[in-house]
Amino acid sequence: MSVATQSGSALATAIKSSSIPGYNETVVRNFSIAAIIWALIGFAAGVWVALLLAFPTLNFGEYLTFGRLRPVHTSGVILGFGGNVLLASSLYIVQRTCQTGLWGGRTLASFLFWGYQVLLVAAAISYPLGITQSQEYAEPEWFLDIWLTLVWVTYLVIFTGTLVKRREPHIYVANWFFLAFIVTVAVLHIVNNAAVPISWTSTKSYTAYSGVQSAMIQWWYGHNMVGFWLTAGFIGMMYYFVPKQANRPVYSYRLSIVHFWALAFLYIWAGPHHLHYTALPDWTQTLGAAFSIMLWMPSWGGMINGIMTLSGAWGQLRTDPIMRFLVVAVAFYGMSTFEGPLMALKPVNALSHYTDWTVGHVHSGALGWVALMAFGALYHMVPRLWRQPLWSTKLIEYHFWLASMGIVLYITSMWISGITQGLMWKAYDEYGFLQYSFSESVAMLYPYYVVRALGGILFLAGGVLFAVNLFQTILGSYRQNASEGALPTSLSTAAAE
Amino acid sequence: MNHAVIERSAALLLMLTLIVISIGGLVQIVPLFRIETTVERVAGVRPYSPLEQLGRNIYTREGCYTCHSQMIRPFRDEVERYGHYSIAAESMYDHPFLWGSKRTGPDLARVGGKYSNAWHAAHLDNPRNVLPSSIMPAYAFLKAKPLKADEINLHIATLSQVGVPYTAEMQASAASDIEVQASGQGDTTAFLKRYPKAKLGDFDGEPSRITEMDALIAYLQILGTLVDFADPRASASTPAK
Repeated sequence: MSVATQSGSALATAIKSSSIPGYNETVVRNFSIAAIIWALIGFAAGVWVALLLAFPTLNFGEYLTFGRLRPVHTSGVILGFGGNVLLASSLYIVQRTCQTGLWGGRTLASFLFWGYQVLLVAAAISYPLGITQSQEYAEPEWFLDIWLTLVWVTYLVIFTGTLVKRREPHIYVANWFFLAFIVTVAVLHIVNNAAVPISWTSTKSYTAYSGVQSAMIQWWYGHNMVGFWLTAGFIGMMYYFVPKQANRPVYSYRLSIVHFWALAFLYIWAGPHHLHYTALPDWTQTLGAAFSIMLWMPSWGGMINGIMTLSGAWGQLRTDPIMRFLVVAVAFYGMSTFEGPLMALKPVNALSHYTDWTVGHVHSGALGWVALMAFGALYHMVPRLWRQPLWSTKLIEYHFWLASMGIVLYITSMWISGITQGLMWKAYDEYGFLQYSFSESVAMLYPYYVVRALGGILFLAGGVLFAVNLFQTILGSYRQNASEGALPTSLSTAAAE
Repeated sequence: MNHAVIERSAALLLMLTLIVISIGGLVQIVPLFRIETTVERVAGVRPYSPLEQLGRNIYTREGCYTCHSQMIRPFRDEVERYGHYSIAAESMYDHPFLWGSKRTGPDLARVGGKYSNAWHAAHLDNPRNVLPSSIMPAYAFLKAKPLKADEINLHIATLSQVGVPYTAEMQASAASDIEVQASGQGDTTAFLKRYPKAKLGDFDGEPSRITEMDALIAYLQILGTLVDFADPRASASTPAK
């Protein structure tokens, strides 16, 4: 067990205490590496599609147009980066907070890892080939949906099985959120992807739903992918990594109970706010708007619980760059969950819908909350998983500032372009005619699209530093072990089992 | 109830979570299949012709919906810019819906008949041919690709399985209907009886063969044209019986 290289340091102690025999750390390591790789792919695809909107002549040929590449970006970051981080951190956390290894053994966990990676690679190849269900965030076709169902049920079984065989009396709060995330995504995925393939050898299928029902089910799915994949799961991460990194208990146990059940109940209702003023019946739209407003409360409950955990330890924000990622992530969560209900109000939505404002809102959540939390989680986990201190603290600082500047450029440019678009579409001249043609509202976007792409490039640059730093840390661990002529402890424990 | 009871049982936590997350979806989704007024009864809405449906599949394959909505909201500016606001019946045979969520380009719910076939062909070939400020990708390759229509019977059969009312006659004549619509020759009377208001003839300016661009333009040209909003019978929102 003597792997700690810097005995005496706090990290070394943490590292030592975290290596408990019986944990499956191999699968967590694999998911962490996959997350880093998918971060780069997803961010790069995002920068590229942003450039396509500013410079349309970059749309080359048949396979690399904006329409085909956009899902490579969205799936790359949501399912690839976000998904792998969720899997890595949930399996890391559930073992530690239950004081037991994963249920189902190593083979099942390996299937979960490789099964998920097969899905991601196949999806990313299928979109440029034009194989898509054309439903946002549910683009993979029927055969990949069946595969994902299999993988996801495996995940649910492993996770729940581990909870059942825990050696702690209580299930820790982070695991409530992970469980809600896993089970809700299963329900959403299965219902929204009900489809009939035209033949068993064809990639093409038709969804079981049409028109207004298809729209409602799709946005029930779409909004709750945000609600459970990108929110509940990441709140689970917050409930472990923030207290752990701050070395303080969660601020309020009671608040965590209230906001967990409120979030799980209320989120599901908010989908119709994506369909305001459409042919969806008014009663459904109104329910969607009302519950979106109510959702503000549990969202801020979570934010308060996360941020106030630092109460009395604010100084850490100055000294610990990982803490800074985690806390700024929670702050962005608070900001975008305030903006969301605002945009779900019908009068605001009348202006914001169909414009870049929505895109900006999504990215304040996705870059600010989801990605920063994911970075913080991986910076926390990787040194502990490989029993090796981080390669460079300085690079984390640079990453933080590059990411922050990128987010600011992204959100502000999209606010301006979105609100301008919305106002131009509704503008009338003094004679009562529409003042602007649609193409005038496109032409004015150019500078904002350039600034947005620049924001993306900064964020990607930060991502590259992040990847370099973590891969150097991981390589450092293997180099050191090689020079000592021994396998990393974790691997030898794994072999011994 | 003491929350510790739930926290100590994975099964209880799982079951309660499942119940709590199901309620909202059930309340919002199930009635949409049951309440008759959800989709108004209007005259004119019909299944897509085989050529239009294949064109629609190209629209989805290319991800056109990522930049174009097909849902006009009931606002003065939208109605003046795009036409009558969209109603539910107009997308009742759409598997899936293509209402979209973003207007990087204009709404297309009523683009049918607004531009000539030649305009569409030139625009798809390179949008900047006709609109210098356009940021849309060029789709010239569609004109070079022959339409893959050999599986049309499977498409129509599957669509009728999921609820699109294609008659036996429509299914039997699916393959020949593609030829008839794309050439404007053959039994056009019977074809138009099956698919009223369908546009006939060559679409992409290349009459010698049926390309993907033919199918896509055939689809674009029918969008939003099926319901006649000037006809009071059409706009009466009597529930379907």
